[in-house]
Amino acid sequence: MATLMQRLFGDRGQRSKDVAKERLRLVLVHDRASVAPNLVATLKEDILQVLRRYMEIDEEGMELELSRQDDSVSLVASIPVRRLKRGV
Amino acid sequence: MGTAIVITSGKGGVGKTTTSANVGSALAAAGKSVALVDADIGLRNLDLVLGLENRIVYDLVDVVEGYAKLRQALIRDKRFDNLYLLPAAQTKDKTAVSPDQMRQLVTELKAEFDFVLVDCPAGIEQGFKNAVAGADQAVIVTTPEVAAVRDADRIIGLLEAEGIRDPRLIINRLRPQMVKRGDMMEIEDILDILAIGLLGVVPEDEYIVVSTNRGEPAALSRESKAGTAYRDIARRLMGEEVPMVVHDAQPSLFGRLRRLWGGV
Repeated sequence: MATLMQRLFGDRGQRSKDVAKERLRLVLVHDRASVAPNLVATLKEDILQVLRRYMEIDEEGMELELSRQDDSVSLVASIPVRRLKRGV
Repeated sequence: MGTAIVITSGKGGVGKTTTSANVGSALAAAGKSVALVDADIGLRNLDLVLGLENRIVYDLVDVVEGYAKLRQALIRDKRFDNLYLLPAAQTKDKTAVSPDQMRQLVTELKAEFDFVLVDCPAGIEQGFKNAVAGADQAVIVTTPEVAAVRDADRIIGLLEAEGIRDPRLIINRLRPQMVKRGDMMEIEDILDILAIGLLGVVPEDEYIVVSTNRGEPAALSRESKAGTAYRDIARRLMGEEVPMVVHDAQPSLFGRLRRLWGGV
């Protein structure tokens, strides 16, 4: 929705305080993640714990990171599955 | 036993020292005994803002190193006999004091005073660690600017790591006219981002420059909007419920009309 508005009216239509808030929101996701490097490691372990109940994971090959695009931050995971458990 | 509160921000120039001087004066004016501690060793300034720069004999480092007793180093304020300043050393640097020594000093002060306000230096290194040692609570000062808010976020994390929970925020130098135009982040935006409680909002006020020039805290002026905001903050620190009103320094016509109608 925001991007549609931006396309229609251009960035000039956006109030500078909204730009400030959005930039802060994004930079703080990164700041907090880099200040607490074990956050991603702990999260990875928690996710693994849940997944192990359902499937066998190639834990060495698992990747998890916060990835920043222009106007968003996403949690990107690549989790190779070895096999699913029966009858779940 | 009093309460020790560290006044911190991360970023420099957002008004930590001005806040310390004014909140301390307002607490003293309300009858509380207050010790102001300038923890910015090497860059002493709280004395100047309070107009006490000519009275310094001993400083914080002299006390820590045993050259002076705490009582000898404490300077009594000109206006209130229940307000004292422990000045920073000007010739030493932050490594002259350790967090353990600061903790001991603050504990000693807490035994004598209702409030011990510690003016923290900018940054997150040794000076910060010294200033937060011994603090029971923290007040974070920010301005409605991206850099100041970002640094405040970092400080909240560091305070948590030091075991100081639930810091409260002062938004300083808010310009209501710019907020109305959408050119300055508003209170809710900043609270939304930092997710901490609000202690007060201080409007941008030219009187702060005048009062700092004179060495007379604005909190003592009935006319100053910032001064009124600092008095509100002091009352909240004393546990009073004070409505969160932004004391606009330059009310617009619209603002004046709204006030006439009984709005805020």
